[in-house]
Amino acid sequence: MSKLKLATVWLDGCSGCHMSFLDMDERLLTLAELVDVVYSPIVDTKEFPHEVDIALVEGAVASIDDEKKIRKIRAHTKTLVAMGDCAVAGNVPSMRNPIGPQAILDRAYIENASAQPQIPCLVVPRLLPIVRPIHEFVKVDVFLPGCPPSADTFYAALTALVTGAPLDIPALTRFGA
Amino acid sequence: MSEAVEVKTLIIDDREVSGRRGQTILEVARENDIHIPTLCHLDGLSEVGACRLCLVEIKGNSKLLPACIATISEGMEVSTHTERLQKHRRTILELLFAERNHICSVCVANGNCELQALGQSQGLTHVRLPYRNPDLHVDASHERFTVDHNRCILCTRCVRVCAEIEGAHVWDVMGRGINSLVITDLNDPWGDSSCTRCGKCVQVCPTGALFDKSKVGAEHPKHPDFLPYLNMMREAQ
Repeated sequence: MSKLKLATVWLDGCSGCHMSFLDMDERLLTLAELVDVVYSPIVDTKEFPHEVDIALVEGAVASIDDEKKIRKIRAHTKTLVAMGDCAVAGNVPSMRNPIGPQAILDRAYIENASAQPQIPCLVVPRLLPIVRPIHEFVKVDVFLPGCPPSADTFYAALTALVTGAPLDIPALTRFGA
Repeated sequence: MSEAVEVKTLIIDDREVSGRRGQTILEVARENDIHIPTLCHLDGLSEVGACRLCLVEIKGNSKLLPACIATISEGMEVSTHTERLQKHRRTILELLFAERNHICSVCVANGNCELQALGQSQGLTHVRLPYRNPDLHVDASHERFTVDHNRCILCTRCVRVCAEIEGAHVWDVMGRGINSLVITDLNDPWGDSSCTRCGKCVQVCPTGALFDKSKVGAEHPKHPDFLPYLNMMREAQ
């Protein structure tokens, strides 16, 4: 049996979920016998592959770039996993929602800038008015809340997903865990 | 001489149980170790039936009744965990999460929150409704306590404990529906209000809406269990 193709993606999050993923430590070797990591912030592939079996998505959708990415990921992924509270519920990135993006940009690029205060209009993607969880854009197959989900949660969930065993997520984790 | 106690026999989740006339379904269920989830209910306070989490099905009645208010009757057949009820309970929790800004990861009550715990125990992994993201304020004018309206679920436990137990009635509710807010006095800053600084409201608050300024997270378990004890001691006097 060929290995399953696993992708991990980093949208608007702090990378803490990826850190927790790496905290699986030696269990990563066990997983590596079952999956190939084909795309991730920790591998060098630049383009999201055409066919992915499991994609773990960290972070909320906050910019036009995030939105473009999540739609592409969905189109090329069999099982899409919302990894962590930002992807599942918006979490900390969504705390700007009541204030709006303009106030945030002004604070970051104008009020606190000592040299050439200006809001970037090139390269840096435009922010969406509201930060939203990924299931408000595309269908999500598995929700894995937690900030971040623990390494044990990752291992239990991934093992279940790879082997097709039943997965009881509320028994493993919760919002803010 | 006390009046003869009238005993009612009923069925809860296929179990024959009995209680005294006037007892609620919730009381009888808990006496028999049948768990019905609640949020606005708190032992020692009056009932408001606001959160609707304790809704139960009664055979022969097409309406769902809140177990905290509905009283038992002879021959009643109650179901507390049907698929329909569980679906409603999850939806109620989703509505609560979507209504205000409940960011568990950075909340002072993370790990000690009844809303968070209920979300987990009722099998909630995400909220299907769009979040409302309201712009709500935090009042830190009180020297000891803070109210963060982002986390308030309008259970009114604070209002009830302040009026019924402390006897101060500093807390009340302002506005209607989704725009309701708990307020101190006539919407004065908490620090300028007639608050007696007893802290009961903080202890009964199920979420991180009311908290002690000196405590966060794991250091901030709440202890609403003092209420039945306090009531018992008062009655004994």
